[in-house]
Amino acid sequence: MKSRRRLWRPASAGVAVIGVLLIAAYGSTVTAAATKGHASGGLVPPTAHYPVQKSIGKGEGKLNLIAWAGYAQPEWVKPFEKATGCQVNAVYPNTSSDMVSLMANGGGGQYDLVSASGDADLRLIYGGDVRPVNVGLIPDWKNFHAWLQSPGFNTINGVHYGVSLQFGPNVLLYSTKTFKTAPTSWSVIYSKKYAGKITVPNNPIQIADGALYLSKTNPSLGITDPYELTQKQFNATVALLKSEHPLIKKYWDLASQEISLFSSGAAVVGAAWPYQTNTLQASGYKVAETIPKEGATGWADTWMMATKAPHPNCAYMWIKWVSTPKVQAEQALSFGETPANKLACPIMNQLQKGGCAAYHANAAESYFATLKFWKTPLATCDNGKNDCVPFQDWVTAWTQITG
Amino acid sequence: MAVTSALGRSETGTTRVSAALWRRGWARAVLTLSPPLLWFLVVYFASLVAMLITALWSVNPFTNNLVHSWTFSNFREIFTGTYLTIIGRTLGMAAIVTVTDAVLALPFAYFMTRVASPRTRKLLFTLVVLPLWASYLARVYAWIVILQNGGTLNWTFQHLGLGSPNIGYSNVAMWIVFSYIWLPFMILPVYGALERIPDSYIEASGDLGARNLRTLFRVVLPLAFPGVVAGSIFTFSLTLGDFITPLLIGGSSSNFIGNVIYSNIGLANNLPFAAALAFVPIVIMIIYLTIARFLGAFEAF
Repeated sequence: MKSRRRLWRPASAGVAVIGVLLIAAYGSTVTAAATKGHASGGLVPPTAHYPVQKSIGKGEGKLNLIAWAGYAQPEWVKPFEKATGCQVNAVYPNTSSDMVSLMANGGGGQYDLVSASGDADLRLIYGGDVRPVNVGLIPDWKNFHAWLQSPGFNTINGVHYGVSLQFGPNVLLYSTKTFKTAPTSWSVIYSKKYAGKITVPNNPIQIADGALYLSKTNPSLGITDPYELTQKQFNATVALLKSEHPLIKKYWDLASQEISLFSSGAAVVGAAWPYQTNTLQASGYKVAETIPKEGATGWADTWMMATKAPHPNCAYMWIKWVSTPKVQAEQALSFGETPANKLACPIMNQLQKGGCAAYHANAAESYFATLKFWKTPLATCDNGKNDCVPFQDWVTAWTQITG
Repeated sequence: MAVTSALGRSETGTTRVSAALWRRGWARAVLTLSPPLLWFLVVYFASLVAMLITALWSVNPFTNNLVHSWTFSNFREIFTGTYLTIIGRTLGMAAIVTVTDAVLALPFAYFMTRVASPRTRKLLFTLVVLPLWASYLARVYAWIVILQNGGTLNWTFQHLGLGSPNIGYSNVAMWIVFSYIWLPFMILPVYGALERIPDSYIEASGDLGARNLRTLFRVVLPLAFPGVVAGSIFTFSLTLGDFITPLLIGGSSSNFIGNVIYSNIGLANNLPFAAALAFVPIVIMIIYLTIARFLGAFEAF
């Protein structure tokens, strides 16, 4: 069961995470614009003044979730149902777009919570489908990493539209047989030296990885945000990625593909999730991962409450429950991601030797500062101009890159 | 108030209806045909029309919402470099796979119909159909295990001292897997065509002095050809529409039309372009079927 659950992430997660990141990107962009009063100046989420609960009342006996597969596992759902009397029902969409569709019309009076990813968050917020939540009712919120307490993708003008859950970086995975010391730059995946031995995700959002690399190696382009690229910056990034194509062994769609590429020696370096690293290492393969000096991209998920949530008390109890260190640790290890709650680290180590470090749960704040979380590229840039390249064009360009 | 008929049976509602239907042949036809026809029109045809309409729309780059105004830009975009390469790759692979399957299927089907005993024939028939009982995905994954570096194929070649072919995740791997997966769809129609060649034709050919090879080329193959064309419709169209094998087995340049449609729907939410691109295989198949008709493929059924 466990391996099957994990295998899902590659498949769905590829799409889902990307979607989520896209949505998140979209979200943060809109948020930034809204807070700064630029292009979307004065744009206020429809539910911004929705009153929040001051306390958690008696449970309604039911809770309907829209969750990523693996986010409502019996390990932590069963004890929750026992403790609160809230019976959990969950649906598992495959993509962020599906999540947004299910949440239409404030969840339709059917759904209570959605585990939205960054690329969906702002769409949900500005669509009026989610409502503000009172983080004061979630005791563990103050134990979250500071940057996940009020991140731009779920908090607008100080109003929280959800509570952060888990996140993960996109790391540089390499064979320790080929690399005696960890590569310090993403340049290795653009290097002819490893031609035919490189693998990167088959995902348009991968363009952001190229942009992040160029933002450091070619400052004259003036890239500040890898998700907000002007046409010129975008073209330069696409040219870089096209030059990378002949060096690529395979653009992987499933994490299992990358694992097989590395385990068979067909690839020696590539972009990956910590999940692949840990799976390969657990099977005894000589690989390691690093976050090079240019930084990395990543994803982050949030539990958000439907505007028409029929069971708000159970919903608050659920967010409170999944924010506790134990459940955070269980979910992080089960899914292969990093918990928002800092106190989860020792419990992860209890559950799995070295589990905390394996998923970066104990990393310094400086580590998180190197991560650029996925968000949907929008035509409206943060600077108030409408000259950024929208995600659609990213998809078109990605088709041209991968040919 | 039942009316007594000539046979002395009282006429109930049911018999009256059946009598009325018997008298009016057109009413019978309408009643029998309308459910499947309605299904065909609504589910099958309407979805195609909806797709065509969607293909003429566009997506607003700022809001990502559908723009309901007519444009041919999606169709124009198809005829740009990258998409033509991808269409060409898809078509080329479909053609190569079809030829490969035809070459493999002909001798096999010939053996089944003309050489094998009835018992062996049944056994071979089962073996041909057997893979269709297993999941497509399971079979593709089995091929990954065989073809990848460190897989069965490399292992075998190394032990024979032939080096490592290393064809995992490449277009060659795709060709092998496609040819394997669609082979039964070629063998069955070719078998059907060969089975219907009367023995007397072959005997007559021999009586008229033709040797085995000449009989094969002048009698058997021409008569089997409609079966090959019929089978090629399956192998060609199934390869043309596939996107899972390119995704799982393909290398770094293995995008098919289906993969581009998939990423435009699943990731970009650009339904209009995906719909426009979906017309490419439809048009290709219309052309293909027209040619197949001229070659007599439909006479094989």
